[in-house]
Amino acid sequence: MNKLFISPSPHVYEDTTVKRLMFDVVIALLPALLFSVYFFGMGAIIVTLTAVVSCLAFEWLIQKYILKEEPSITDGSALVTGILLAFNIPTNLPIWIIIIGSLVAIGIGKMSFGGLGNNPFNPALVGRVFMLISFPVQMTSWPVPTGFNNSYTDAVTGATPLAVMKEGIGAGESVSAIMDKIPSHMELFYGYMGGSMGEIAAAALLLGLGWMLFRKVIKIHIPLSIFVTIAVFTGILWLVNPESNADPLFHLLTGGVMLGAIFMATDYVTSPMSVKGMWIFGIGIGIITVAIRVFGAYPEGISFAILIMNAFVPLINMYIKPKRFGEEVKNG
Amino acid sequence: MLKTFPKGGVHPAEGKYSANSAIEVLPLPKQVSIPIAQHIGAPSKPLVAKGDKVKVGDKIAESTGFVSANIHSSVSGTVVKVDNILDSTGYKRPCVIIGVEGDEWNESIDRSTGLKKEISLTDKEIINKINESGIVGLGGATFPSHVKLSIPDDKKIDVLIINGVECEPYLTSDHRLMIEKAEEMLVGIQILMKALGVNLALIGIENNKPDAIEHIKKLVKDYPGIEVHALKVQYPQGGEKQLIKALINREVPSGGLPLDVGAVVHNVGTAFAVYEAVQKNKPLFERVVTLTGKSVKKPSNFMVRIGTPTSDLIEAAGGLPEDTGKVINGGPMMGKALNSLDVPIVKGASGILIMPVELSQRKKEVNCIRCAKCVSVCAQGLEPYLLNRLAQLEKNDKLETDGVMDCIECGSCAYICPAGLPLLDYIRLGKSRVSQIIRSRKQ
Repeated sequence: MNKLFISPSPHVYEDTTVKRLMFDVVIALLPALLFSVYFFGMGAIIVTLTAVVSCLAFEWLIQKYILKEEPSITDGSALVTGILLAFNIPTNLPIWIIIIGSLVAIGIGKMSFGGLGNNPFNPALVGRVFMLISFPVQMTSWPVPTGFNNSYTDAVTGATPLAVMKEGIGAGESVSAIMDKIPSHMELFYGYMGGSMGEIAAAALLLGLGWMLFRKVIKIHIPLSIFVTIAVFTGILWLVNPESNADPLFHLLTGGVMLGAIFMATDYVTSPMSVKGMWIFGIGIGIITVAIRVFGAYPEGISFAILIMNAFVPLINMYIKPKRFGEEVKNG
Repeated sequence: MLKTFPKGGVHPAEGKYSANSAIEVLPLPKQVSIPIAQHIGAPSKPLVAKGDKVKVGDKIAESTGFVSANIHSSVSGTVVKVDNILDSTGYKRPCVIIGVEGDEWNESIDRSTGLKKEISLTDKEIINKINESGIVGLGGATFPSHVKLSIPDDKKIDVLIINGVECEPYLTSDHRLMIEKAEEMLVGIQILMKALGVNLALIGIENNKPDAIEHIKKLVKDYPGIEVHALKVQYPQGGEKQLIKALINREVPSGGLPLDVGAVVHNVGTAFAVYEAVQKNKPLFERVVTLTGKSVKKPSNFMVRIGTPTSDLIEAAGGLPEDTGKVINGGPMMGKALNSLDVPIVKGASGILIMPVELSQRKKEVNCIRCAKCVSVCAQGLEPYLLNRLAQLEKNDKLETDGVMDCIECGSCAYICPAGLPLLDYIRLGKSRVSQIIRSRKQ
């Protein structure tokens, strides 16, 4: 007879693994990647490849030579970070800046805390914000989405709709006048606007959300709470004064709201564990995003909003607990 | 909408291969080893010694306290010895070993097969009879049944809940019993109702057993006060607290008992055993055991005498499959892996599950990615990832305040964990430490 295996229960496991979850996220990112290639051409491919290859390479090098542990780059998490980092930068960003950004994302954002599962901040956002602050000019010269023939090195650049809006309102123009200068809501939905590589096409990102929900990778609570908060907050401002505040739909479709809410804020490691905590987290992100957009110096604020709320996650996890069975008994 | 518990749960592959195999009487073994500790509570005291002759149904070990149970011989023959042998816990424990000679039953047992409906005993007599017959919870917990029927004066019970959920994948012993012995079971439920003095009994059955639900629904028309409810297929639907919540929407308080919300829960197998004990004067010495698994030639349900070696069941189901990696006493979610096939079948054994090698190993462990899946599947509203970590760090105070003692050890967290972490192993460790601390505090 063979030797019998002995272990405590349970003896069966669901077949989901960390790797499968990560590759489901990659699949969910594909529609947006295709849209970006369609709008930005070669630049999108070069930026994505650079970010992915350097994230994987840095993780492997750090694990192998600094931490001296078995490299685990095949788990797909560095791949996701690489793609997300690429999604968060303009498609004409010089390769050397992307490599530095990847080193910061993986090296400081992830590995310095102990690797997958231990980082308090979303690594891709750490990389992005580092680049935004260090290279503000390169990070805010957005190529215009002219199509696949778009050149990587000398793309025509222009401002994002959010920047146009912010500048216009700052100069005292009316919102309806500014709206004439930027693409229609329908065009914004399909992604015909300047911006970071992967943030432009709301339609494609929502497809990705659908896939992740279908595969039970994430729950709806975080994206939904962010969308609702932004819509309500900007909706109130818009109703109060429609001539100096953009409408809620504009806020949802522009900038990084879709990308941030669907793919960055839902990062397992840096988001709360309980459903109640997820709502608090999402509402916080929504409020901070709108506050930065409307009252702050930057036209866009979701990266900062997510990072700020990431910092609150340990606190949220400590105080916001799921309701325990039999805790407060109401029997009648 | 099917009834279910409100939060958490998982749905593992059901694998009920033996659902259509009628209960077969397993041939008598050559020798039985009957453990004297088959129940929760104090081990019984053996009444026999080497060389004694016993008949089927003779008491061979006596209950040693209120929470304890009598043990009866399951065969006729001669006591070979009383010795320590390996049982399903993995420890050597005292057993009465009997060499089988013929099949001579104690004369007091009514061996007629007709259904006996009228209940002549009073409530006190019923409880005494159940105590005398060594009946324990046959769902697997093996808590002595008479204790559950002896309600303290300050508690009021208004409903009896009968657990026919069988939410463990693979197992079908309760399913077959509900189809083949439904009338006996219903009379058993009436006996339990009489013992408790309640007018309502609810049978909960998971919706993956439509034949059993239909069958009992037809029969209950003649049994006033008994209702059948189909429940959503969601593990751990058969957890006592979850079942009460699903059926009557009452929540057993943390650290409390079903008594605290006016309910008593018994398993369908127990109800059948109660029928046999009270109506036929037959003590508990045999039970239905499922023998199943993906590679098993003939997945079966056997009527087995207590103390029969596991290997006898395996032989009767076509032998041990070539690719066997693990043999489990119980279901895949809560059962115990056996390290020997000689382990005897005990009162709490509802099934023996044989897993092929490829399903016998755990997932590769990687870092926790804080996906919160364990939190969302926990039917008790706990945070398994946190309890796991606290147990590793031996933070016993924090473990207690975070509710480790509420864990019902259903295994859903470890089942779902994509990082393959042995969450329940550590939580059990934490639980045992904390319960020691709680005990020492009381002293």
